[in-house]
Amino acid sequence: MSKIEAVFERLQAQGRKALIPFITAGDPDPVLTVPLLHSLVLAGADIIELGVPFSDPMADGPTIQRASERALAKGVSLRKVLEMVANFRADDNDTPIVLMGYANPIESMGVEAFAAASFDAGVDGVLVVDYPPEEAIDFAQTLHRHALDPIFLLAPTSSEARMAQVGALASGYIYYVSLKGVTGSAALDVAAVAARIPEIRARTGVPVGVGFGIRDAATAAAVAEHADAVVVGSRIIEELEHSSPDEACSKVRALVAEMRQAIDAATNPSRGMP
Amino acid sequence: MAVDVYDLPDAAGHFGQYGGVFVAETLIGALDELKEAYASAQRDPQFVAEFDHELRHYVGRPSPIYHARRWSELLGGAQIHLKREDLNHTGAHKINNCIGQALLARRMHKGRVIAETGAGQHGVATATVAARYGMECVVYMGADDIQRQMANVYRMKLLGATVVPVNSGSRTLKDALNEAMRDWVAQVSDTFYIIGTVAGPHPYPMMVRDFQSVIGRESIAQMLEQCGRQPDVVIACVGGGSNAMGIFHPYIPVPGVRLIGVEAAGAGIATGHHAASLTAGRPGVLHGNRTYLLQDENGQITETHSISAGLDYPGVGPEHAWLKDSGRAEYVSIDDADALKAFHDLCRLEGIIPALESSHALAYASKLAPTLPKDKILLVNLSGRGDKDMHTVADKSGIKL
Repeated sequence: MSKIEAVFERLQAQGRKALIPFITAGDPDPVLTVPLLHSLVLAGADIIELGVPFSDPMADGPTIQRASERALAKGVSLRKVLEMVANFRADDNDTPIVLMGYANPIESMGVEAFAAASFDAGVDGVLVVDYPPEEAIDFAQTLHRHALDPIFLLAPTSSEARMAQVGALASGYIYYVSLKGVTGSAALDVAAVAARIPEIRARTGVPVGVGFGIRDAATAAAVAEHADAVVVGSRIIEELEHSSPDEACSKVRALVAEMRQAIDAATNPSRGMP
Repeated sequence: MAVDVYDLPDAAGHFGQYGGVFVAETLIGALDELKEAYASAQRDPQFVAEFDHELRHYVGRPSPIYHARRWSELLGGAQIHLKREDLNHTGAHKINNCIGQALLARRMHKGRVIAETGAGQHGVATATVAARYGMECVVYMGADDIQRQMANVYRMKLLGATVVPVNSGSRTLKDALNEAMRDWVAQVSDTFYIIGTVAGPHPYPMMVRDFQSVIGRESIAQMLEQCGRQPDVVIACVGGGSNAMGIFHPYIPVPGVRLIGVEAAGAGIATGHHAASLTAGRPGVLHGNRTYLLQDENGQITETHSISAGLDYPGVGPEHAWLKDSGRAEYVSIDDADALKAFHDLCRLEGIIPALESSHALAYASKLAPTLPKDKILLVNLSGRGDKDMHTVADKSGIKL
């Protein structure tokens, strides 16, 4: 069983839902990334998505675009992201890390070399935004061979046939994009999301995380009532943009802890109480 | 190398290892819808007839082939013939594709079209067809390109389009393409994205090629009529590669015809300031397809340079990548200085002001012609006229307009 699968199994036994925060590696500064990862864990993150910066983040809104640009300006490459994960692993061997990014830096390194280096660094899963399942059959197999979970996106426009196609390749969890648009767009429609989740779960056989458009604790809690996991990205990046380097960790920790508490209160009221 | 049966791309949009559909899941539904609509339009005689009618009566096709006699004589070798896409309405080949995609948009009941543009030529062509068919039009353009191409920005506005400056990344064409994709994914139900070149996710590279192939089909008929045979070499400039694909594609199965694509070497390949992805790049994934890309050692896309904004793109259509690897087409590069010389030569010797993009193809022809006997024929795709380049050329000559 992979570390990601173990997390979902444990949470399910506890009647809880996963909180998956996202930050871009190297933003706002490479020296802050490992401390930020630990802060996210302390705030109650179950899994962390770590963005690999790319020059052309086609599926991202302005907030994550800016994070990517800041990280690239500080010289962050895929190799450096893997070093950060290895450094994080020196003090945390439990919290799964999912790399999220675009295909080209990975293809530039070579898929086989990337998978081997990711396993060595302690990565648990990989989500390549511009690898839909039809272009990722070999890639998913390579990841599985290196004990990495391939995470795939599904969208409101995905047909039942595509859900099955993704289900055949995916492990770990499915990332359900809750709205039409890019990351960080306007708030999502909880009822519409709730209506799709049981079907996705049934057709893919893996837990379903929901992201894009979750901007506050209340929405996180509302989504958690239906999904297996809640992914929060742009809102955290915004918090970083409004923090000095000294307060970045504590501010992000407070924000994520608030979401954690709201999710736990909504899904298992006895745990949400202080 | 001759290719007997050529039926690429395959059903999944692949040209060998190139092409494909490398987009986020959020765009798959829209691309599937487009694929189906295009397949049904291709089989519909009424759609084909309307496309032909618009090309004839609105664009002014067929564009002539002109024998550049004086220039050929001066060069002292092969005869250079020019396919005059510069004489099309809006002054370049771009309009062929825009007509096709706008008709498709109308067929799909999409009342809003969006486009990306670098130099502004594709933006102007899109704004033109949007006005012609009564559609709302939004053009994404890098903030830096807007500063460099004020006249085209004004043209688009005159035609009723909204021009949106893009401030992300390098603030040029590739970033405008990213932004147009983001718009499309958010407003996919009422919006048609008119991509301007033979790149992007399937079916765009195939569809744009098909609409532009009118250039090569006309050429085959005209060469036979005017010269009694096909040219020995067909030459076209390559940025994204739509004018080159348009003239190459019908010639792919024709034996004995060399196909040469000319990329922008900018300040020189060795300087790193160029836009020659096939000459100096390596395969990767960008903007929805796998192809040759200019990228650094970490797989980040690098900024490009060319005197001609229309060639200033770090990728290239995936079919060109396949044609290069298969050996059916050859790809060379021409620097800014040689392109400028060809620009001036054609002005002075033939009374034709070519676009700086097309001047790269002309420059290569002027180097190749003297090495060949006088009975050989070179056909150069003169993809656009140079009126838009007046400021750039004057600037290079130290003249203030």
